[in-house]
Order: sequence, then C-alpha cells, then structure tokens
Amino acid sequence: MKTTNNHAATARKILLGLGLATLASAASAADLVISNWDGYMAPDAMDAFKAATGNGGEVVKHATNEEIMGKLVASGGKGYDVVFVSSPFAEVLHNLGLTEAIDASKVPNLANLYPEAAALAYDPGNTFSVPYTWGTTGLCYRSDLVKAEPASWNDLLKPADDIKGKTTMLATDRWLLAAGQLADGFSVNEVDPAKMEQVKNTLIEAKKTLLAYDDTTFYAKLVSGEAVMVQAWDGWCNYGITDNKDIKYVIPKEGSDLWVDTMVVMKASENKDAAFQFINFMLDAKNHGWAAQNILYKVPNKAAMDSLPAELSATYPNMAMPVAELTKFEVLRDVGDAQKEYSRIVSEIKAAQ
Amino acid sequence: MAPALVWLIGLMVIPCGLVLALAFFQRGIYGGVDYTFTLENFTRVFDPLYAGIFLNSARIAGIATLIAVVIGYAAAYAIASCRQSLQPVLLFFAVLPFWSNYLIRTYAWIVLLNREGLVTQLLRWFGYTGEPPSMLYTEGAVIAGLVYNYLPFVILACYAPLSRMNPELAEASRDLGGSAFTTFRRIILPLTLPGIAAGAVFVFVLSIGNFVTPALLGGGRFQMIGNLVYDQFLTANDWPFGAALSMALIAIMMLLLFAQALATDRASGRTAPVREDG
Repeated sequence: MKTTNNHAATARKILLGLGLATLASAASAADLVISNWDGYMAPDAMDAFKAATGNGGEVVKHATNEEIMGKLVASGGKGYDVVFVSSPFAEVLHNLGLTEAIDASKVPNLANLYPEAAALAYDPGNTFSVPYTWGTTGLCYRSDLVKAEPASWNDLLKPADDIKGKTTMLATDRWLLAAGQLADGFSVNEVDPAKMEQVKNTLIEAKKTLLAYDDTTFYAKLVSGEAVMVQAWDGWCNYGITDNKDIKYVIPKEGSDLWVDTMVVMKASENKDAAFQFINFMLDAKNHGWAAQNILYKVPNKAAMDSLPAELSATYPNMAMPVAELTKFEVLRDVGDAQKEYSRIVSEIKAAQ
Repeated sequence: MAPALVWLIGLMVIPCGLVLALAFFQRGIYGGVDYTFTLENFTRVFDPLYAGIFLNSARIAGIATLIAVVIGYAAAYAIASCRQSLQPVLLFFAVLPFWSNYLIRTYAWIVLLNREGLVTQLLRWFGYTGEPPSMLYTEGAVIAGLVYNYLPFVILACYAPLSRMNPELAEASRDLGGSAFTTFRRIILPLTLPGIAAGAVFVFVLSIGNFVTPALLGGGRFQMIGNLVYDQFLTANDWPFGAALSMALIAIMMLLLFAQALATDRASGRTAPVREDG
C-alpha cells in the first residue's frame, strides 16, 4: 500500500523532489478525474466503466498519500472527483470539509462489503469514505535463513545475533512508530509524550541493528538474501512469496495496525452522480476481486473474496485471514497536532548515530 | 539585459521570496499552511536536533570534498601532464559519466555494493567464503557516492589553472634547486588554488544539500539536511518549517560561494603570470 510497488516509486519520489516529474495534468475531455496509485486498479477499468455506465474518466496517479494530500489541500479538492487515500488521510480530508457524504442509495454495491467494513473506527457507517483494500503490517522473513521463526516485534527490534544487520523497517512515520508502539505495548495512535519517549528510545536502539529503512524494495531484499527479516505490509510480503516460496509472513503476538485504503468523493466534484457510479462499479465483486487477485491485498468485499480461487490463499496464506481477526486490530487514526511530534520523533530516530 | 532580468526575477527572486515568506507562517493542524505570523520555524532550525543534522551534513560533505579534491587534483594534474593531443580525450572520459542520469549512476553503486552485489560476487570468485561485507547503507557508501558523482567538477576546475600554468615557472624553481615537493608546494599549488577552491566549494555545496545519495546509499539511516527538507515538504506536510530549513541551507551556500568569489578575486590579483605565448 501507500507507495507504488517497485523501484520506480523511489525514483519517482526523488524526481518529484527534484522538480523534474511532469505534473499530472487534469483531464480535458474526460468526465471524471480519479487519482490513484499506479497499478492499483485494473488497466482497463475505465473502459469497462464507460461501457457499463456511459461515463468516461481519466486516472491520474499519485506516488504517495502525502503527494495527493498536498494537491488537494492546496486546491480545496478542485479538479478531482474520486481519490484513493489511506484512512488517516481520508479522515483529514473529512475534517477539512473536503469530502462529500457518501450517498448510499447511489452505491447499492455497498451491500457487498463485510459488516465489519462498515464499522471501522475512523468512519462508522461509511459516511465519507468507502474501504477499497485492507490488511496488516507484520514481519516478512526468509524461513530458510532465520534460525528461529519470529513471533514478536522484539524479534525485529532486538534481533538475534545471526540476523543483525539483515533486517529492514518501514520509513514512513506511522508504520515505523507503530512497530515501536506495539512492541512497547501501546496503541498505534499513542500520543502521550512519556510513552512516545520510550517508543523513540526503543526505535533508536533498533536502528543500530538495521540494514536500512525501506518502503519500496524490502521484499526484493528478502528475495536476494540481503535481508532475512523485514517489517512489511502483508500484500507486499506476498510479492516476495511470489518469487520465493521460503518467504513467510507473520503477525507478531503484540498485534498489528489495521490499515485501510479508501475511496472518497470530493465535495468540489461537479460529477458527483458519476463519482458514486464509479465507486459502485469498483465495489462490484468482479472488479473488486481484480484488486485481490492482482495486487494481492485483501479487499473488504465479501462477494469478491468469496469468488477468489482457492489456490490464491494456498499460495498466500495471509489472504485467507478471517475478517473478524483482521478487524480486531486498531486502525491508524489521524492524530491531529501530535503529527508534528511524530515527525520530530522520526527525525530524531533517523538522525541518531 | 532585460530578458536576463526577467529570467532572474521570474525564476529566482520570486520563487525564493515565496519560500522565504512561507517560513514565517505556521503549519495547519492537518498539514497545509495556516497564515499566522510566527518566528518559531527559525528558532526550530537552531534546535540542537536540527542544528546537529546541519553539522553532520557539513561533516559528511566536508569529508567528501576532501577526498574529491585529493583525487580530482591528482587526476587533473595527470591529465595536464599528458601530451597536448591526448588531453581533450582524457577530459572527455572524465566527464563521460555525466551523460547518464544521476539516479542511474547512484543505483549502479547499489548494484556494486549490496551484500549480494558485484563486489561480493567478485570476492567469492577469488575464493572468499566468509560472511559478505557490509558496504551498502553505511556512511562510507554515502561518501563514496558523493565523491564519485561530483569528482568531474573538481577535475575540470583544477585542470583549467593547471593547463594554463606557465611550465617555465616550475622549471625555474627546479633550476634554482627546489625539490619536486618544494616546487609543488611553493609554485604549482598556490597558482592553482583558485581552481581547487572552486572545485571544493562546488562539491561541498552540492553535497551538503544532497538528498538522493543519502536516501539510496545510506538506506535512510543517515539523515542529511536535504532529507530533512524533503521530509518536511513531502512527508510531514510542514511546509513552513521546510521553508525555514531551506532558507538556512541557502544562506550557508551563499556564504560559501561569496567567500570563494572573494578568495578567487584576491588570488587572481596576486597570480598574474600566465603563459603568454598562448
């Protein structure tokens, strides 16, 4: 999730920083403008949508949540109809008054969702967002290269001698912190300064044993053997499993966060009916199933999950995780002003020698 | 004059002014900019944490500069000592890497240095069987990347004064009994100092603000000031603080360029002798 699935994402992030990337231009003739991560929906989805509803649309791409948030906050959401963002960011858009209320009568396929998917803490009843994919963050490891199978976040944060220097952690603020928060027994949305000080120290100690912080190529490092255990989103661990069957995924005993990527309709949209039609289209069992089969992320759509071939969950066991187990984990929430403190703590960790 | 002025104002003064202005506002609770005047962003720059990152960046950039100058000067000296017809060819090879993209050149180092990379494979081919060495994601890898990428600047900057130097000056020194080392220290080095200074300032300024190399070759474990600015704009969504950091960085760079211009000015007043037969 969050970042596009390959080296190109890093390259693009950097090019963006250099100001060299061409800005995604808003649509000209198309009706809908949808912003999504690269490869996060079927390449022919817009053609199929047009065939089904008569509405056309254009997909623009963002590499990260932060990138699209910058654009939406600056423009007040103008120029976009439907945007794919992770749940804490959807929450921010809602708090800023930029999202349109979801009109359930125009999205009948909401009925395909698991009941749990309509009871998520950041948006009970799917009032302003519709979940698209969800999953966990845990440990992805080479079962053939570690002496003991990991069971705790501390197996990553305080690694055994034989795997020191062969572990990576995610670099994005919230997930980096979540590993420490969970290991220390706190909420993934903890903001208490004393507890966060403890989390910081845990993560600074862990840094000394890391190979690298890595958001985009960690599963490739597992495949090559450069790393033997990494903090990973379940779907990304699946990409590693595709290349090497000795790669396994485990949720540590202290738990995981529950991450959700969502679809939101912008209040500034001038095509709201078509926008709801698009969301309804994506929630169709076949279209939503595409995401599960091709991105290897779990989707909160019962009809879609039920239609998946059995081999899929045999190859990728975490795809078969029961929904009740998944939704007992805590969702990442927007922490408001404490985000500044989170950023500072992450800077301190990354600057620590 | 007018087009240059428009260029300068449109692409330099206004954008920098906008960044500067941004630095005086606050971060909104949900990111974005809250247009309330504050000086907090500037006081934060001097917070020991961030000041420490500045100092550490300066240290890494300093080491990279030193190494680049030593290697670059030696290379420029070697090129300038070759026969005339060969020199353009050698210079061409020195700048050849610039034909490919900075990112690609940096990724090449990942291919070389990673634990299962070309260097390890080469070691194994020679019969090494131990644990592969940890080379990537170290400070050494970051410095190597910086030196490699900016070395051509030093070679070009040092080659210019070396090739223009009148060889009779060195001959005269030797005729008067100066050893090779004395000749170098008393004659050649002072005459080429402006070139060294120009090359060094280039490497230092480009290195201290760099964020690609520490991100890719440091594996995110080494925070340089460029990464901090990048994070403020693209991750923390704290544009005002990112702007204040950028301004501090720009101030450091301008100070250095100014000092270098001053030094070159003084040096060129002193070192008139240039080969006159052209």
